[in-house]
Amino acid sequence: MEHLAAGRTADVRIAGLTKNYAGAVTAMADVDLTIPSGEFVAVVGASGCGKSTLLRILAGFEQPSAGVVEVGGTPVTGPGPDRGVVFQDYGLFPWLSVRENVGYGPARKKLPKAEVAAITDRFIAAVGLTRFAGKYPAQLSGGMQQRVAIARVLANDPSLLLMDEPFGALDALTRSDLQAELKRIHVDTRTTVVFVTHSIEEAVFLADRVVVMTGGAAHGVPGHISRIVPVELADRDVTSPPFNEVKREIAELVHTVPEPV
Amino acid sequence: MTTSTVPVEAAAPTVPVPPARRRRGRLRTVLLGLPVPLLFLLLWHVGRENAWELPFGIRMGFLPYPADVARGLANYAFGTRDDAFSNLLWEDLPASALRVLSGFALATLVAVPLGVLMGRFSTAHALFDPMINLFRPIPATAWVPLVALLIGYGDQASIFLITLSAFFPVVLGTISGARQVPERLLEAARMLGTSGVGTLLRVVLPAAAPAIVNGMRVGLGLSWVILVLSETTGVPTGLGSTIFLARDVVQTDQIVVGMICIAVAGFLSDRLLMLLFRVLFRDRPLIK
Ligand SMILES: Nc1ncnc2c1ncn2[C@@H]1O[C@H](COP(=O)(O)OP(=O)(O)OP(=O)(O)O)[C@@H](O)[C@H]1O
Ligand SMILES: [Mg+2]
Repeated sequence: MEHLAAGRTADVRIAGLTKNYAGAVTAMADVDLTIPSGEFVAVVGASGCGKSTLLRILAGFEQPSAGVVEVGGTPVTGPGPDRGVVFQDYGLFPWLSVRENVGYGPARKKLPKAEVAAITDRFIAAVGLTRFAGKYPAQLSGGMQQRVAIARVLANDPSLLLMDEPFGALDALTRSDLQAELKRIHVDTRTTVVFVTHSIEEAVFLADRVVVMTGGAAHGVPGHISRIVPVELADRDVTSPPFNEVKREIAELVHTVPEPV
Repeated sequence: MTTSTVPVEAAAPTVPVPPARRRRGRLRTVLLGLPVPLLFLLLWHVGRENAWELPFGIRMGFLPYPADVARGLANYAFGTRDDAFSNLLWEDLPASALRVLSGFALATLVAVPLGVLMGRFSTAHALFDPMINLFRPIPATAWVPLVALLIGYGDQASIFLITLSAFFPVVLGTISGARQVPERLLEAARMLGTSGVGTLLRVVLPAAAPAIVNGMRVGLGLSWVILVLSETTGVPTGLGSTIFLARDVVQTDQIVVGMICIAVAGFLSDRLLMLLFRVLFRDRPLIK
């Protein structure tokens, strides 16, 4: 794999964030979270606690009902290429080849053709898909499609990478491959990452800090952050006792049912 | 690549069908396609010979023999018997094809952009939907007298009727295609820096392509259906005009010849349209 140069990076400031959906569903209330530039944050929590909502607000797909959401000091008003989103279902354009999908963002920036081509080649190589550059998404396996989706947002040089259960639909082997790749990419680029997952092991393996959320409509409490656990393991060996210590601590938090108000 | 993780999964292999089996499959299709039309021709011949009377008051005695139609077709195309219809095919076909093409192209040019807007914006839909529902049920036949008064006789009237008929299937196909664009793809495009108008061109149009192509095929087929009617507007040449001329001189074999030519032209134009898309899109997965 090729090494990537350091990219852009930005801090995130969320304060007093509340989101109500139509029909008086308060998906989350009073969420505060500050993420320094370059940090890798994982978000875990039971289904319906508002993880996706939080990510979609950061992406600009949803508007907050109240509160402040800033990325790199600028309030988020809508989606933009400075915040790359990787979806669980990839969201690749089926009618574009791997090369065209990855080159899509740079081409929108009206860069010269040669530069678009160079960027595209670099990021396709970075995810190890050079031989598949001419293929269409339907001709690739799920793992390869998600690699394309990652290369596609990285080619935009985002300062924030938002990932919603990106490896949730992949088999265990592909999943651990992609985790290792993502980690390497993060070490190279130092882009800030917010990574939503259901796998506590994945969260502990990847993240600098794990945000644990609870609540949600099913519990009669709006979704909120219950604890932020720093992962201070030098060695992320998933079989090591310290790793499992952290995993257990987070699992307990995730399974603690919040008191209804 | 310098280190570690090389993708282990390969693309899903497509198992090729052995050519021998594929050929046998095609042969079977051809063989099974033959008996019914042959029986039809035989019954036609026998029915004509015995002047059968069929339900609906069909008097088969008034039909030409299939062989007469074949001779008429040869004359229409190659002037084998030197009458009013000799060699006319090569004047009629281009004239009719040009009308169909103009009407259909005009309809598509208006219907696709309008359909994209109506499929994506509720305001555009609310503005135009009542008009479409009002005009769509009016059959082209009902337009003929009014068109004769408003436009008069000639090519313009003929093309107008074709445009009108081809418009509705294309616009309805485009609307339904534009509505079914996966929200995820629009989100992806916006998060990658696509502007509002950009998403219409770069996401909605390609994602709706299968539905648009279907609508266009229906519209083109309908254009040929309407052709005969549209050539009642006093245009001198055309496959439809010649059918009416044949009726006026009571030459039934020539009427049937005209019907066959329109059917073949309609069929071929559909194939040509699909070929055009295949050349334009190559193996790009735009048509399902
Ligand atoms: N578009 C919407 N309209 C109305 N309610 C919504 C909408 N999107 C999410 N919700 C509600 O908001 C709450 C939080 O949903 P969200 O998708 O953020 O949860 P999540 O933590 O991502 O869950 P999961 O782990 O199942 O993905 C849920 O109660 C959900 O039903
Ligand atoms: Mg979710």
